[in-house]
Amino acid sequence: MDSYQDTLFKLKKFWAGRGCVIQEPYDVEVGAGTMCPETFLRVLGPKPYNVAYVQPSRRPADGRYGENPNRLYKHSQLQVILKPAPANVMDLYLESLEAIGINLSQHDLKFEEDNWESPTLGAWGIGWQVMLDGLEITQFTYFQQCGGVDLDLVPSELTYGLERLTAFLQDRKSVYDIEWVKGVSYGDVRFREEQQFSVYNFEMADTAMLWQLLDIHEKESQRLIDAYHAIDAETGLHDKKRFPLLAAYDHVLKCSHTFNLLDARGAISVTERVGVIGRVRRLAVGTAMAWCDQQRLLATEVAA
Amino acid sequence: MSERLPFLFELGVEEIPHWMITPALAELEKLFAAFLEENRLGCGAVRLDATPRRLVLRADGIEPRQQDREEVVMGPPKSAGPGAAMGFAKKNGVAVEDLGTETTAKGEYFALRRTVTGKATKELLSAALPALIARIPWPKAMYWTGKDGVRFIRPIRWVACLLGDQIVEFEGAGIRSGALSCGHRRMGSCEIAFDHTNYEERLKKNGVILSAAERKNRIESGIKKVLKGTGYTLVADAALLDDLVYLTEFPTPILGSFDPKFLDLPREVLTTVMRHHQRYFTLSAADGSMAPAFVAVMNIKGDRLGYVRKGNERVLEARFNDARFFWEFDQQKPIATRVDGLKSVTFQARLGSYHDKAGRMKELAASLAQKLGADEAACVRAAELAKCDLTTEMVKELTELQGVMGGLYARSQGEPEEVAQAIYSHYLPQSMEDPIPPTLTGQVVSLADKLDTLTACFSIGMIPSGSKDPFALRRAAQGVVKILVEGRLALSFDGLPKELSDFLWDRVRYYFRDIRNFRYDEINAVLAASPANLVDCEDRLFALRMVRQTENFEPLAGSFKRISNILKQAGLRAGDVRIDLLEHEAEKTLYDEVEQLQPQVQACIASRDYIRALQMIATLRPAVDRFFDDVLVNAPDPGVRANRLSLLGLILNAFSSVADFSEIVTESTSESSNPSSQN
Repeated sequence: MDSYQDTLFKLKKFWAGRGCVIQEPYDVEVGAGTMCPETFLRVLGPKPYNVAYVQPSRRPADGRYGENPNRLYKHSQLQVILKPAPANVMDLYLESLEAIGINLSQHDLKFEEDNWESPTLGAWGIGWQVMLDGLEITQFTYFQQCGGVDLDLVPSELTYGLERLTAFLQDRKSVYDIEWVKGVSYGDVRFREEQQFSVYNFEMADTAMLWQLLDIHEKESQRLIDAYHAIDAETGLHDKKRFPLLAAYDHVLKCSHTFNLLDARGAISVTERVGVIGRVRRLAVGTAMAWCDQQRLLATEVAA
Repeated sequence: MSERLPFLFELGVEEIPHWMITPALAELEKLFAAFLEENRLGCGAVRLDATPRRLVLRADGIEPRQQDREEVVMGPPKSAGPGAAMGFAKKNGVAVEDLGTETTAKGEYFALRRTVTGKATKELLSAALPALIARIPWPKAMYWTGKDGVRFIRPIRWVACLLGDQIVEFEGAGIRSGALSCGHRRMGSCEIAFDHTNYEERLKKNGVILSAAERKNRIESGIKKVLKGTGYTLVADAALLDDLVYLTEFPTPILGSFDPKFLDLPREVLTTVMRHHQRYFTLSAADGSMAPAFVAVMNIKGDRLGYVRKGNERVLEARFNDARFFWEFDQQKPIATRVDGLKSVTFQARLGSYHDKAGRMKELAASLAQKLGADEAACVRAAELAKCDLTTEMVKELTELQGVMGGLYARSQGEPEEVAQAIYSHYLPQSMEDPIPPTLTGQVVSLADKLDTLTACFSIGMIPSGSKDPFALRRAAQGVVKILVEGRLALSFDGLPKELSDFLWDRVRYYFRDIRNFRYDEINAVLAASPANLVDCEDRLFALRMVRQTENFEPLAGSFKRISNILKQAGLRAGDVRIDLLEHEAEKTLYDEVEQLQPQVQACIASRDYIRALQMIATLRPAVDRFFDDVLVNAPDPGVRANRLSLLGLILNAFSSVADFSEIVTESTSESSNPSSQN
């Protein structure tokens, strides 16, 4: 039996063998691997890119104090972006399952319609949830739009739910019983984190401070976006090309995570909710637009 | 003529959402028929099949080429002279001698008769198929080859297209058509050679059952097999069966079980998790209770090692554990204390929260309860709590259980059964197949909910038009109609805004015609007599349908139509009948009968005995017939004539209050061209 980390290694190795850049997790809190710049920004524009990374994904409202065997505040996704999606992407995906020891002739696999959408990111795609013996193990999406921008090349996004997948492989009823490495369980590594962050997220997070943080990050992100647009493309071309839009995007991620914390704390009414999602989306879309513009400028430089 | 050729077209697609497949096949069939017609190609039977990964169209025999046809090209008039003829000949690439003449109404013209050679079907198909594929409509299409590329439901990955033994060549979305098919993702090869005779067989060898009927059969017989000897029976579910037919290429049912300890969770929760979330069939034990087992349908041939069963069982257990967590967690905050929480659940941006809606529902429920003689306190309490389950974890997770969960929580938390039952069932009926809420309190709360939604949406101009009906107001209105009729609730639409009551009457017509199969003229006749409410409306329709079958009724209805026409044509306002002006025996008899019948009919109507009333009216037929046979309405004497019209007016007024018979379409009324000409 492979340990949790063996399975991770195998998946990374599999995709590395298919030409993917193997990235490390992004070091800003995100709710899903899709939000990392390696996906959100890389899928924009005409440049092909293949990347895979494990991304710990934090969803404060999903926390269960470590008491629910299947739900986690922070779970890990293996995120694979193939841009553009190769024609045999489905076959590659099936091979990746075989690579981690799933003999597909002995299991039932179904692709059930599930179109992914993130209102906060202005992003959506068409795809499936992949069901293995009745268990959803992967979200498979052909991105259509990101940051409100129609994508030039259609990437395929594969998001593997690693805890579920490993619990399946190791035949464990609780994710906490997964063997992380021989002699060390998932619970040994992560239980305290689930417990303490559940306490913090649900009971102790200072909502007044969170609202302030939301404002601060929003302002900073917007300030940068505005500053980018204020630079004249002729006279300030150099500044424009090196402009820190990546930093602007980090602040978008901070906003998104702060919003999730407020939400878990029950501090956002439904009426406010729509408004706050709108604020974050405006920033995400603003960054995406500016990013596309910057990519164009950089591309002409290469061409010239 | 050369022999017709078999045609096969297989479009290989990544997994198409199951619910879109049947409609797409129907569209493909239509598009292909249009292609044949446009190109005047004869074709034998066309057959369509599909699995999640392929749409297949096969035709028994298509003509290999269009028939040659004669074409006449009209040239200049003969009077224009030989110069014009030469120009015309040159333009068409023929010699002047080849021209003939054609005579038309306008004179003689130069003309060219020529034979147009028919095109080869294969070329026509090559040219037409890419556009034909692109024209299959889908609810939500995607692009995959790039921003301006082809759009389809999912990426197209292969196309096999054969006419006779030749490939119909074309290219689209980066795919070239070929002669190879592709099998099951794991049980088949992806380069299957085949011909027209062995196509299905080759697919089956490669793990694909092409025919939906055969897949369905396989599921049904497989279920029988796995249940044999278990003592369990299948809870039949036709919709789920259809879903599974189009989710699989090689379906095989397996039996799984779960720990009986979960059976103490509400059956509704267990069923929803199994049926809607896992697509399992549920099973009953011998005593009718839920069995701790399920049937899952795999997309492979077998599960010899039991891995698939075990996997599905584990997933189900995890889901049931979640459900138990929600059930226990939600109970910590009783439903009755969740009313304030509705303030943060939006009903509609401009219409406020569910808290606002619940407030309106309470008032409406109170007034409906008074009008309908329901238990007012129970109705108001149920209306107040009806939406509270929207804040529970269970409903957030299993949204299809809204209402049901509220009812279950209310019951387990000690609300009166009447209240719990009403909350439980207040979303009913969600479709015309659904039953209405079983209790009067439930019916009142359901009406209050739906009427509030309708009134509120109409008040801000959210009125459905065409196919646009985002708030499902038609369904809500249909629900209102169904509850009123089937619950026999005598509620009038008086006092509703005109737009809304028109909308409801429209649904009334739909309901009686499409759901209850009344004829449209019967509905017109009854609605023209302004029934007080839908109960009254149904009684009249029922009576009309009964009495219509008796021998005197339709002829009498024909006479009423005639009377109505005569009066319309005369344009006279009918006054009182003067006995002294009744000259003819037939009109005297008629008048006497009418006078005698009228109070009896009125009495029947007053006691709502519409059948008796109509039967009585039908007895008038001989007298009416004799009147029309023997009496000339258009008498020379204006006084007599006016009196006869008054008599007819009296009949029409007296006997049209159950239904306006002149609306009834009978053979005689549809044939009689001008009734008054006979008078």
